[in-house]
Amino acid sequence: MSILLLAEHNGHQLSPAVYKAVTAAQFWNAPVHVLLAGGNSEILQQVASIQGVVRVIHANAAHLAHPLAEDVAKLLVTIAGEYKVIVAAHGSFSRNILPRAAALLDVAMISDVLEIKPDNTYVRSIYAGNIHTTIQSTDALQILTVHSSNFAAAATGENAEITSVEAPAAFGKTRWMSEHHAHSERPALSSAKVVVSGGRSLGSAENFEGVLAPLASKLGAALGATRAAVDAGYAANEMQVGQTGVVVAPELYIAVGISGAIQHTYGMKDSRVIVAINQDPEAPIFQVADYGLVADLFEVVPELVSSIN
Amino acid sequence: MKILVAVKRVVDYNVKVRVKADGSDVDINNVKMSVNPFDENAIEEALRLKEQGKATEVVAVSFGSAANQDVLRHALAMGADRAILVESPATLQQLGVAKLLKAVVEREQPDLVILGKQAIDDDAGQTGQMLAALLDYPQATFISEIKVEGNGISVTREVDGGTESLALTLPAVVTADLRLNEPRFVKLPNLMMARKKPIESISADSFGVDTAPRLKLLGASEPPARKSGIKVGSVQELLSKLRAVEGIAL
Ligand SMILES: Cc1cc2nc3c(=O)[nH]c(=O)nc-3n(C[C@H](O)[C@H](O)[C@H](O)COP(=O)(O)OP(=O)(O)OC[C@H]3O[C@@H](n4cnc5c(N)ncnc54)[C@H](O)[C@@H]3O)c2cc1C
Ligand SMILES: Nc1ncnc2c1ncn2[C@@H]1O[C@H](COP(=O)(O)O)[C@@H](O)[C@H]1O
Repeated sequence: MSILLLAEHNGHQLSPAVYKAVTAAQFWNAPVHVLLAGGNSEILQQVASIQGVVRVIHANAAHLAHPLAEDVAKLLVTIAGEYKVIVAAHGSFSRNILPRAAALLDVAMISDVLEIKPDNTYVRSIYAGNIHTTIQSTDALQILTVHSSNFAAAATGENAEITSVEAPAAFGKTRWMSEHHAHSERPALSSAKVVVSGGRSLGSAENFEGVLAPLASKLGAALGATRAAVDAGYAANEMQVGQTGVVVAPELYIAVGISGAIQHTYGMKDSRVIVAINQDPEAPIFQVADYGLVADLFEVVPELVSSIN
Repeated sequence: MKILVAVKRVVDYNVKVRVKADGSDVDINNVKMSVNPFDENAIEEALRLKEQGKATEVVAVSFGSAANQDVLRHALAMGADRAILVESPATLQQLGVAKLLKAVVEREQPDLVILGKQAIDDDAGQTGQMLAALLDYPQATFISEIKVEGNGISVTREVDGGTESLALTLPAVVTADLRLNEPRFVKLPNLMMARKKPIESISADSFGVDTAPRLKLLGASEPPARKSGIKVGSVQELLSKLRAVEGIAL
């Protein structure tokens, strides 16, 4: 039996996490089919080109232009019979849809899998990443999301078969109204190679931007924030890194004036290199940092900016 | 409009949880337990809708052992009208809770069910979506705003990279993000008053649904710690380490 991967896209582009989920899906040594709900021909080609994808199943209908959980879950149920695994990259898209599909199929779902093991066994974290558990599913069908930063991105250059499937009629009781995405010149937070994040200590929205943006632009970095900084209105919601925000794993993560609460470190502790700047030598952030600088951020961040080529 | 709020009892978010010596599970004996933070947002929003005259009754429900009385008392002290404890001696997983919750919805007939977007113990984030599926109701997860309009609601959802707005026909299921509101503090007199409000206790078995766990816990461990880092004395030292040791072009 095959593996079904649910792909996320934003109407223009395939989510970068899909490439990583394709790598995770190779675990079962079975053909990997990708379901694309909505999306244009360009996205379809992007999926078909991923190495390790055997078939792309495209569901296209007017009501899938902005796919709702109600509609995609029903679509998944109509084709689930052919598969032993339904998998997606963990993110707000899959977290919305897959539990709904799982309940319709009477299957338990396994969220945010760190490692896939033989015999329907998985490692996942609980308590904001403080504990890892190994669990085994007793269901015949496996439904899971994977922690994409734990898997390498699959290469491209293939040309998978493209088929189409008819979408069930629209659910109708939920209507998509609008979306709002911050338009930023900076790279997307979840896939950036470098992330500069700031905390409450920045003190104002003006400082947040004024102190951190020059550093981010020098490094070609995305800007992130703690919940405290977001709650104080210094940074936008979608910039929150952590248990209840975005999970990032860049090459370089620079934490500026961040205490290092577990809810925050959950979202960044898998970064390759972590730098922390904090004036309190006892701040917990130094326990996860590779390089700690005990200093006043308002002095050293500008110095850092002028010292970078 | 009647609102049902699901309230889970979890280890307090300030507690650093440890693994049992035999690695079989986490050790939560004698640790502080609290209302799941997102569920406090759920209760708060239900109360605000009542205070705005949009809702007429707020009912809190929790699934688990008799110990869950304390989180229901907290919900009552915040202002919920009454509470239901569905007692189950066995461990419940998300699908099981969703099935029991469906049975409670069928009995109580609420117009709106509010859950937390995730429980901070298991970090699953599934129960609301599962409930909506079983009821064939519209769903809105991770909401940061809700408005009641006629026989529907309009909501703003927090999604990766931004927000999304949806309009839902009632009855519906929504799950609360932390951003939805700032939960009120419970004052002592309210806690005293809450003692007089009713908590109805029902046995989970009486609903006759299959809540047997589907996932077996094989073991728990603390994740490998990051290799310990060093403190650098200056910006220049930091940059030279990043360049020379880590090979980062700066
Ligand atoms: C259910 C739940 C979910 C949560 N989810 C998240 C999440 O996803 N992400 C998240 O980030 N948080 C989350 N939190 C909040 C988390 O617990 C912390 O409160 C938050 O991360 C703290 O943010 P902070 O480091 O900016 O602020 P603080 O903890 O106040 O730390 C500020 C730091 O700045 C330092 N500082 C001050 N001035 C200077 C200066 N001039 N120069 C250098 N250093 C300075 C201080 O020494 C201090 O260490 C969550 C909390 C709960 C309850
Ligand atoms: N045992 C429970 N009792 C009451 N509510 C629960 C229970 N388990 C889950 N919930 C609700 O479902 C939400 C999501 O939980 P979860 O899917 O476990 O992350 C929680 O925030 C609660 O609102």
